[in-house]
Amino acid sequence: MNINATIIGELIAFVVFVFFCMKFVWPPIMAAIETRQATIADGLAASDRAAKDLELAQAKATEQLKEAKAQAASIVDAAKKREAQIVEEAAGKAEAEKAKILAAGHAEIETERNQAKEELRQQVAVLAIAGAEKILERSIDAAAHSDILDKLVAEL
Amino acid sequence: MSDAAANATLTSQEYISHHLTNLTVGEGFWTWNLDTLGWSVFLGLVFLTIFRSVAKKATAGVPGKLQCAVELIVGFVDDSVKGTFHGKNALIAPLALTIFVWVLLMNAMDWVPVDLLPWVISLVSGIDMAHIYMKPVPTTDPNMTFALAGGVFFLIIFYSIKVKGFGGFMKELYGQPFGHWSLYPINFILEIVTLLARPLALSLRLFGNLYAGELIFLLIATLGLYQLPVHFIWAAFHLLVIPLQAFIFMMLTIVYLSLAHEDH
Repeated sequence: MNINATIIGELIAFVVFVFFCMKFVWPPIMAAIETRQATIADGLAASDRAAKDLELAQAKATEQLKEAKAQAASIVDAAKKREAQIVEEAAGKAEAEKAKILAAGHAEIETERNQAKEELRQQVAVLAIAGAEKILERSIDAAAHSDILDKLVAEL
Repeated sequence: MSDAAANATLTSQEYISHHLTNLTVGEGFWTWNLDTLGWSVFLGLVFLTIFRSVAKKATAGVPGKLQCAVELIVGFVDDSVKGTFHGKNALIAPLALTIFVWVLLMNAMDWVPVDLLPWVISLVSGIDMAHIYMKPVPTTDPNMTFALAGGVFFLIIFYSIKVKGFGGFMKELYGQPFGHWSLYPINFILEIVTLLARPLALSLRLFGNLYAGELIFLLIATLGLYQLPVHFIWAAFHLLVIPLQAFIFMMLTIVYLSLAHEDH
């Protein structure tokens, strides 16, 4: 074991090899490794995100379904209420119509009765006059009653 | 894998020391260990070629199998760096990756049977194996481990001064562990020892472990036929030693540089 010029040669070789490694070997390999690591990390993060999104979407879907059901129930409720209301309104209108028709009928009957009454009265008057004329024809004596006639003439 | 017993001209000791001799050119200090240089550069290029080919085609989409394997190593190193070093420095992680994979590959040469390469060379070239010197594990050469630790040591000094300033770095050397000014020289000696112990421990640990491992492989190779099961057990044990030493070297580099970045 003796130290000789070999050490100089080896030192130069060492420096050259390290320099070459530093310039042309280490950076590209490290870049490839680090890029791949970043890609893998991104992929994992994306899959995590997707799983979370899916969970969220499912929760949202459930929520919407529940909401839709509630809405449907409320619509049915409202419809039932409205139906009842319409029936009630129709019944009220019908009642009013009935009352009106009845009133009109009553009024008509009344007028017709009044008319008949009037006619009857007139006819009774005519009959009474005719009866009176018949009675009067037999008993009236021009001479006996000339004074009344005269009075009437005088009054005219 | 010929064994030493078959080679009558060599004693066990000669066999082992023959295998622990580098293939060299030059004289004195200007000796170059061709096997260490050749194998370490070759393995470094293997590492960079594979990783560069993956880096060029790296996709952030579904990765291929080779890219998966490379990313596994890169991710492992990156985790180790991020767990220890909390500053921002584009050099630390590639440095740790280079050290880990390069040292791992160089240590793995320990698994190549000790006589295989000389035997192949002898077959190809026709030279007798006794004249072929080939030490194929670069990390059993202190030149290799000292070069690595020296590079790391330089970075420790560089970042210490860059982060804390020269004054801050000096103050760290003499201002602790004792607060009183009269004890500053003692502090300085202690801290210098601590500082120098780091690269020394770093390089000697790697060198010692691998050198010892190689030595045991060589001893096993002198056992004759019995070497086969023993060799298997020792090689299996190196499944632990080889990556562990590479990991320790990388981890301590990160720790030392993270200490250099800490401002008190």
